[in-house]
Order: sequence, then C-alpha cells, then structure tokens
Amino acid sequence: MSETEEHIEDDDAPPGPERLPLDAWHRAGGARMVPFAGYDMPLQYTGEGSGIMAEHLWTREHAGLFDVSHMGQLLVSGEGVDAALEALLPIDLSTLKLGMQRYSLLLDENGGILDDLMVQRWPDHHYLVVNGATKWDDIAHLREHLPDEITLNHLEEQALFALQGPTAADVLEKHAIGKWPLSSLTFMRFGSFEIADYPVTISRSGYTGEDGFEISLPSEGAESIADLLCSEPGVKPIGLGARDSLRLEAGLPLYGHDLSPDTSPVEAGLGFAINRRRRAEAGFPGATRILGELAGGPPRRWVGLELEGRMAAREGAKAFIGDQQVGAVTSGGFSPSLQRPIAMAYVAAERAAPGTRIELDNRGRRLAATIVPTPFVPHRYHR
Amino acid sequence: MTRYYTKDHEWIEVDGDSGVVGITHFAQGQLGDITFVELPEPGQQIGQGDAVAVVDSVKAASDIYSPVSGTVSRVNQALANAPELVNSDAEKGGWLYQMALTAAGELDGLMDRPAYETYIAGL
Repeated sequence: MSETEEHIEDDDAPPGPERLPLDAWHRAGGARMVPFAGYDMPLQYTGEGSGIMAEHLWTREHAGLFDVSHMGQLLVSGEGVDAALEALLPIDLSTLKLGMQRYSLLLDENGGILDDLMVQRWPDHHYLVVNGATKWDDIAHLREHLPDEITLNHLEEQALFALQGPTAADVLEKHAIGKWPLSSLTFMRFGSFEIADYPVTISRSGYTGEDGFEISLPSEGAESIADLLCSEPGVKPIGLGARDSLRLEAGLPLYGHDLSPDTSPVEAGLGFAINRRRRAEAGFPGATRILGELAGGPPRRWVGLELEGRMAAREGAKAFIGDQQVGAVTSGGFSPSLQRPIAMAYVAAERAAPGTRIELDNRGRRLAATIVPTPFVPHRYHR
Repeated sequence: MTRYYTKDHEWIEVDGDSGVVGITHFAQGQLGDITFVELPEPGQQIGQGDAVAVVDSVKAASDIYSPVSGTVSRVNQALANAPELVNSDAEKGGWLYQMALTAAGELDGLMDRPAYETYIAGL
C-alpha cells in the first residue's frame, strides 16, 4: 500500500503521553489531566459546577463540549476501496450514500472485535474514526490487509470535538456556516461547514445518547473554536469521566472494556452492524461464527443491570445466580441521572432475560441486581 | 483534642482514649463525587491499617484504612442518605466512625497538620 504521510511508517504507539491540541486550554480551565490512550486527557474540570456528576447532568440538560482529539481519523481511498474495506468490516458500503455515516466493526478472522468505528462516505474516499487506544493497531491491521492500490492517510493534524446535549443544535447552528443549514443534518448525516473561518466537518452523532454533533477541525483552530463554543451560556467543557458515565447510561459499549477480540458482535448486541447484504453473502472476517450466532443465538449476551442499594459494581465483578457463575461485569458505575448504580455484563444467554435476578460479587460483597433493557436513559437522537 | 493524619489521607481526632475518623479534604477532592460510603459495624475490632470502610465515588471505590487499632463505637448515620457530606464537609460533618483506641502509642507514627500539608504539597 502507498501511504502519503510518513508518520504511518512510525508504526505502533509513540512513547510517553502526547499533548492534545487543547492541552494548555484544558489546564487553564482547571482540568484534572490523566493519561489515557497515550495522551494527557481531561478527566474532569475543577471549580464551581464541575466534577463528573455536575458535568454529566449539565450535558443531559444543556450542552457539553468534549475534546476527543485522541481518536484516530483516517482517510481510505483508491480503486476498489469499497471491496477492500468490506473484506475487513461487515458493512454494506453499497447502501452507504454520500453524506451518510455508519457504525461498523473491525473484525479479526474469528469474528472477534478489534475495534468499533464510524465510516463516512465522501465523494472520493471514506473517512473513518477509530478509538484512540487502538488506532495504532488499527493502522497496522489496515496496512497489512488492504491491497497496495488503497491509500491510508492518518489525519494527525485534525482535532475532534463532540458537542452533545439538548441545546447543542441551537448553539452550533449559530456558528456553523455551510452550504446547507446545520439543521439539515439528521442523526448519522454529515457535511462540510466553517466555524470561525476554519473548515470543519460536522456529523450529527455522538457517544452520550443525546442529540449532538462531532466536529473534525484543524488543530490550529482548536482553541478558537473551543473558546467560541464555550462562550455560549449553555456550553461547558466536559471531561472523560462524564463521557464514560453518559455512554454507560446510553448503553453504548466502550472498546477495551465491553468489546475486545474475545467478544463477538452478536453477543455484544451489535448484530445491526452486520449489514443485510453481508449476511446473505458472508465474506467478512469471522462470518462462519457470526452468522452461526445470528441464526442460533450467541452463548452469552451483553445486558444491562440495575443494582439495589448505592454501592456500584465495577468491571470484573462476577455475576452469580445462586452458586453458579453466569457472567461478569464489563462496565459499571453510579448513574448520575438515575441516582443508582448501573452496570453492563456478559451473561449466559439462557439467563439473560430482562427481569432475571442476579448477584454481583464486588470486592467480596454480594450486590443484588436485576437484568433490565437498555438504554438506561432513553436516547434522544435527532432522526 | 488533637488531630492526626495518615499518608493514606485519613484523619483522626483524639480525645482521651476515643477518636473520630474521617478522610481529608484533599482526599475527597481526589475521589470526586462520593455516591456511597460503607461503614464498619459498631463493636467491630479493627487493627491499624485495616481496610474498614469503602468510599465509592462516580470514578472508583476506595478503601479507607484505620489510622490506629481499637473498637468501633459509633458510625456517622447521616452518610447513609447523604454520602456527599464527605465531599462538602470532609473534616467535620463528613466523619466516618468513632472508635475506642486500644494502642494509643500508634498515634506517634502519624502526622500533625503541618507535616500532612508538607506531605500533600509534595505529591
């Protein structure tokens, strides 16, 4: 394959935490920075009205600005790019029209999940957003498996923001100048705009369950655009901590915790990402296993749990019915919206029905829980 | 009454052979929003350094270690319904438990306020 940018030759993850384009901006805003995915990232902000709980609730009621510039932004292009990507992802690119974005999965040959990602169709390429912690492995995997005539560009100079919450659309509409109004975007559509004279791409998507947008922008515009958006009374910067609790309430999986090479799309409840034509034709990695699980049911299912009491169960807590272990928690925490602990767990399929009562062994304490449908907090996407 | 501090960010205020234990303002700031506190049982015998309570925050669960040995005499019942008291008033109304000391000599190994402030300044 031919890479046009030489950093792809650097291979694997760089050593030591890297600085995000907004690093100084976060620190000046009182962020508590923690290493995450090879970057120093804002966990939460400090001061009045800050902290994970307040930031979480703010996003549900107003709008939160998330800096997710650690994520990988990739361009894939070349003759036969659709077929080349379809060999690695279970997506049907023939139904992904210009201006549309779709969720997909990078699969290994056993159908295990190497990453979850977004794909956008542009006139002459596909734009992918992959997880920060996995982007170097993804790039290596794509390099290894895409044919020579396909070009992969890693957009390392692009920053990525998410503006999420019920007032996000009103705020962004004021600042996003485009050929079409921002309101023409519905959920999982994208377009080109300008904010503060910088060229940006905006998609109506996110990771909170709220209406909102993801904005790809040049790094040099990051501070100006962050300042502009946060100058609006309804917008506050939100850290990684609230990002995690928001996505958990929305029932959305976090790669490396809920998804891994040891989990299949079907048991993770991501069967929708195996697009219809691909089911009929097979021909994607792990098709035999995945199609078998779609037809006959997976051995275990990823389910939501509501806990009794106030103590949260964390990742790794084993799930029991009586003395029999039936699964384990992959994500858990206190839900700021529901004011009670919630969790997600893989549970043996025959014990995974909503209403099933389960006990969680959390650091030696048994916590009572009930399997419930997800999301815990209803999605409010603008469809 | 004298107040002592541990390197694990507990405080104990000692009056005779009785002590009240909590976590420091610095510690609550590090933990973030506290959602639940699991307290020991009155009557429970505890040793210095034993994990006797759990403070659960939106971020993570943290063990609380007893600054000294003794017997739990009373716990802060207000925390059952208002665990956030540990955030808002860590070094007073957000106390965790009261204990009868059985080895007062252990206090000699703890820090006073200036020493604790020097300690956290170096973290």
